Amino acid sequence: MTNLTPTTEPSVADADEALAATAREEGRKPRAGWRAMLPSMTPSLVIGFGIVAAIVLFGLLGPLFVQDPTTVRNSGLQPPGGGHLLGTTQTGQDVLAQLAFATRGSLEIGLIVGVLATLLSAFFGVLGAYLGGFADEAFSLFSNVMLVIPGLPLVIVISGFVPQEQRGLWTIAVVLAITGWAASARVLRAQTLSLRNRDYVAASRVAGERSWRVIAVEILPNLLPVIASQFVFAVIFAILSEAGLAFLGLGASNSSTLGTMLFYAQNGFALQLKAWWWFVPPGLIIALLGCGLSLINFSIDEIINPKLRNVRAHAKRMRIARKAAAR
Amino acid sequence: MSYFVRKLGFYLVALWAALTLNFLIPRLMPGNPVDVLLAKLQQRGGIVDAATRRSYELLLGGGTDDPLWVQYGNYLVNLAKGDLGIAVSVFPTPVSEVIGQALPWTIALVGIATILSFILGVGLGAIVGWKPGTWLDSLVPATTLLAAVPYFWLALILVLIISSTLHLLPGMGGYDVVLSPGWNTEFILSAIEYGTLPALTIVLSSIGGWLLGMRNMMVSTLSEDYILTAQAKGLKNSRILGGYAARNAALPSIAGFAISLGFVVSGSIITEQVFSYPGIGSKLLQAVQNSDYALMQGIFLVITLAVLGANLLVDLLYGIIDPRTRARS
Repeated sequence: MTNLTPTTEPSVADADEALAATAREEGRKPRAGWRAMLPSMTPSLVIGFGIVAAIVLFGLLGPLFVQDPTTVRNSGLQPPGGGHLLGTTQTGQDVLAQLAFATRGSLEIGLIVGVLATLLSAFFGVLGAYLGGFADEAFSLFSNVMLVIPGLPLVIVISGFVPQEQRGLWTIAVVLAITGWAASARVLRAQTLSLRNRDYVAASRVAGERSWRVIAVEILPNLLPVIASQFVFAVIFAILSEAGLAFLGLGASNSSTLGTMLFYAQNGFALQLKAWWWFVPPGLIIALLGCGLSLINFSIDEIINPKLRNVRAHAKRMRIARKAAAR
Repeated sequence: MSYFVRKLGFYLVALWAALTLNFLIPRLMPGNPVDVLLAKLQQRGGIVDAATRRSYELLLGGGTDDPLWVQYGNYLVNLAKGDLGIAVSVFPTPVSEVIGQALPWTIALVGIATILSFILGVGLGAIVGWKPGTWLDSLVPATTLLAAVPYFWLALILVLIISSTLHLLPGMGGYDVVLSPGWNTEFILSAIEYGTLPALTIVLSSIGGWLLGMRNMMVSTLSEDYILTAQAKGLKNSRILGGYAARNAALPSIAGFAISLGFVVSGSIITEQVFSYPGIGSKLLQAVQNSDYALMQGIFLVITLAVLGANLLVDLLYGIIDPRTRARS
């Protein structure tokens, strides 16, 4: 649950010039229009995308093929092999089947929280910065305060007060979204501040465009890469936080996520019984998913901050030069 | 000077917001703490009548007919007196006493681990960023994986390998239970031995964030003109790295400390649970499991206060090391 949010606040501002400069050096035209918005195919993007796609497919299609995860058998704590690819739990339930359903649950909550948190951060970050003046001061103070109040203790206290039977999937999702949007709002605000003073934004305002149109048509498209990367962060944050919460037994009731799996493993003394096949796979999926999403985010970062892309271009040129010299 | 005044003002607002949030949460949430406790009592075969209900209401400080703002005033006055109520789960110990016992453990563990991981992460990040595009860059995916690992899962794996299988370090508790807590060498050594594994967990899982942030800033800083000037002057690489590049690149990491600290604290709460560490995180969970609402709120307040205090300290420090913050205001 480490901070994966970039501490740097790169600006889209110098993107065009830097891109043009790189392209000039490489002797080809800069990629035109929307193509510049797409991440270039780097190894990290390919690996990240592969990992995430594999896990999403497992979560989507896995539940169709596995056995019933709730069936209790009298073959408890079987190591992997035989009829059960990943062994069984203490009560003889198939770990692989549980894993498939839990992955689906975790992805679901990650997606819901990601969308909610991104909407909140776009509202507070973009709108405040665009309106300026008192609204900006108020919104920015609000998001900074939300940022310094530690999230998980707050979530734990809130979940403690909500009775178990009312603690559904959506309750947990809303609570996580409320505690997780602030950092993104700050990044979006910084970006919007630099965009709102551009000439074309001023021009459309002078032309009498309404505020919502200026934001939706002139500003938001330019924020798209930043919003995309903040969305990915929000998904990682949500999946990790939900796992933590569920591990403590405070997750959504009647849901099965990777966190609840770990909760049952911990309470079933999987650690003391050294039943590694029970608690290693769920954590591994969380870690791989987080890692894959971060790798995708690095590629998005390269769109936002072309200095990072120049580094790669430079390294590539050096490699080619060295090979040429060796020949 | 106005930078410091503004920062102090901001943290006062944040403090007020946290206090108010703490006041509002129990009043806004569905479900009544008194109902929950009475239901538990009934399960254990207790008799629930109007009198029991009334006494529970009084015990929890609710059930008054005062308007909300009077309750709010009373709440603030009680807080100012340091009165956080009675912990029902360890009746009749006051909440402040329970927190007082647990707090030093957490502050020592999280404090030392955070400082260690900050220094290691920023240092390694500076070295990795110094030579971008070399084999050192392959450290980046590895730390990404570490950063995405849930704290508690890493803790489980470490306990499995180091404690259960290799028997190198103890993986349970905060000190050897045969010793009685006190300021003697034996006890402190035992506390360090028991604290190593939790601290290792926190360091391993939080180091990635620092490393990545620092590496990216180093890459950006290295293209600055003053680095080129320093190289042209013929300064030694070590001097440029330490005195010119890393010093400037570290600033955003320090400014981003606030966000990261929140994550570290959140992670440590769950880590404490895995190790049954006698800190504030385990106490918070005990409070939740026992429906001890006063203790829950007290612990939330103390954690928030500690995080706000640490952030204020870092912000003031930032004002001193980066003169631009003072010039702008």
